[in-house]
Amino acid sequence: MSSFWVHPALVMLAGAAVLPLVPARARRGWLLLVPVLAFVRTLGLEPGTYGEVRFLDWTLTFGRVDRLSLVFGYIMTLMAVLATLYGLHVRRVGEHVAAWVYVGGSLGAIYAGDWLTLFGFWELMALSSVFLIWYRGRPESLGAGYRYLLVHMAGGVALLAGIVLQYHATRDLAFVALDVNAPTAATYLVMLGFILNAAVPPLHAWLPDAYGEATFNGSVFLCAFTTKTAVYALARGLPGLDLLVPLGVIMAVYGVVYAVLENDSRRLLAYHIVSQVGYMVAGVGLADPDTPVGQLALNGACAHAFAHILYKGLLFMGTGAVLHMTGESRFTRLGGLYPKMPWTFLFTLIGGLSISAFPLFSGFISKSMIVAASFEDHRLWAGFGLMLASAGTFLHTGLKVPYFIWFGENHCAPAVWERARDPGWNMNLAMLLTAILCVFIGCYTPYLYAMLPYQPVTYQPYTSYHVAETLQVLLFTALGFYVFLKKLTPEPTISLDTDWFYRMGGRAFLRLARGPVNALDAWWGELYRRVGLEGLMRRARAAGWFDQRVIDGAVDGLAAAVRAGGERLRALQRGPVQESLLLALGVTVVALLGVVLVRVFLP
Amino acid sequence: MMLVRWIEWLRAHLRAVVRVGYGVLALLVVADALPWLVDKSHAHTAAERLPGFWSVFGFAACTIIIFLSKWYGHAGIMRGEDYYDE
Repeated sequence: MSSFWVHPALVMLAGAAVLPLVPARARRGWLLLVPVLAFVRTLGLEPGTYGEVRFLDWTLTFGRVDRLSLVFGYIMTLMAVLATLYGLHVRRVGEHVAAWVYVGGSLGAIYAGDWLTLFGFWELMALSSVFLIWYRGRPESLGAGYRYLLVHMAGGVALLAGIVLQYHATRDLAFVALDVNAPTAATYLVMLGFILNAAVPPLHAWLPDAYGEATFNGSVFLCAFTTKTAVYALARGLPGLDLLVPLGVIMAVYGVVYAVLENDSRRLLAYHIVSQVGYMVAGVGLADPDTPVGQLALNGACAHAFAHILYKGLLFMGTGAVLHMTGESRFTRLGGLYPKMPWTFLFTLIGGLSISAFPLFSGFISKSMIVAASFEDHRLWAGFGLMLASAGTFLHTGLKVPYFIWFGENHCAPAVWERARDPGWNMNLAMLLTAILCVFIGCYTPYLYAMLPYQPVTYQPYTSYHVAETLQVLLFTALGFYVFLKKLTPEPTISLDTDWFYRMGGRAFLRLARGPVNALDAWWGELYRRVGLEGLMRRARAAGWFDQRVIDGAVDGLAAAVRAGGERLRALQRGPVQESLLLALGVTVVALLGVVLVRVFLP
Repeated sequence: MMLVRWIEWLRAHLRAVVRVGYGVLALLVVADALPWLVDKSHAHTAAERLPGFWSVFGFAACTIIIFLSKWYGHAGIMRGEDYYDE
């Protein structure tokens, strides 16, 4: 073990801890510097095991660096750079702190070498990312945030239960692949925790609920980290679990179906995360370290996660720019914006072509690895199912989103139209850089392929057959869009999803509980009055005499002091409760991690 | 601005753009039928060897997705925006 090893998560967490203290003049510099430092740190990592800490009876491993964690750490920190640049002008310091703690949680989970460390950072991600939803400040975002938190806490409990059972059976905390050929209750509980974060239906409804409701900048972070960290965890812990293949294909198609119905551009993109992560989940299900097809599948899952983080980030940046500039994200309230926001249109289109896997764009070289693996594994239904979802992806993200925001009928309210223009330089630059990366990855395959876990990568996406196949599917989908355009006109509705059960279930519970709870409350009050009050009154009369003569003098002085203190405390507490919570969370987390990780430098 | 002028030029010549689009689709199917241009020896299934298989697949997939989803949505899944309001 090296005596000096800086965890990339520590860079982000320390940066987040210091951020509130940085004077406003230097804040932008700090915002740019810290993610770049974290990115540079991941570039300097060498495979090995670092940051081992004794904790009670266990050895926690904070830094397990191998090819799988390297590629995920690389793209996560790169995305942190781009997303922070995109939100550089955001004045709420707490939002940046939450985003960076969230990134730190993701990095901590990726380099975790044992289940406990993984679990700690896993929960940190949920706790910090919820603030990216709450900072939107609407009453709806408050509700969506609480639902997000509750669902993720439930997933966390499942994961923890799985970890405990696994430890009980093996007496080993090392975060390595579970035996997927003989799955136990522990395997399924761990899987449940992972696939909830990967948004596998029916455990996916938190995703569109939250990502559609988060701040314009928060969604850019959210769309990258939670689901892709879950893909990493699946690839690490459950590669080759056969159940993941059908789940992945169902996901891919499910997201596409809901995207047809969706009227909110960011919720539509959220459903396409479900769809795209479906490819990765299927890829992990097909993974097998011992066969060429299995290696291709796992490489494909990693490559697709890498490409997806960039193009989905770009898409959320584009629609986020529309929301930020106009205050509107629904198709039925937008349209015809191309003369007002032409560059945002171009960048969003590049994101749309990348997610649709057009040749020369990033999705083409990554998605096809998973599709090819499913065909070569002779799972034709999986291959054709994923191709079907590809058509749907282009239909919505490549065509519907750009068309109904920038073309189509103009439904903009006068105020929306007036406000609409391309965003500030930092948002444009972030979109430009991300768009360049999407095209670069698609054109120069060795950049991404050389980073994948299994080397050498012999897969060649640019064959005449694959190009012809893709172009036909995509362009004939475009024909379908043109022919059925009327049918696709967005409607001002929301779509019920599996969150209906807990949203309406919660209300039913409240209504049911109101009666009994009220009755109990009344009964308790009566009991208290009868039993407690009699004795109390008698004692009070005696105490009153003593009080009047002796205590009053002393108390008057004390009361003045208490009042002054209370005033000061009240001033402190006026900030929204979420902000105080965030501060408390941030300080605790950074202090804890600081102590643990500093012990690594100074053994 | 250059980009806007470019988009407006395309919109002004929409009929021509659509015709070029149809031309490209036809060319794709023709190219798919030429073995020296598109090597189908690595196709996974026999159906894929048919010329224009993926064209039909793409159009059919798009149609199915649109109609099936809309049917599903109108079967009670799509509700008013105030559905969850109390």
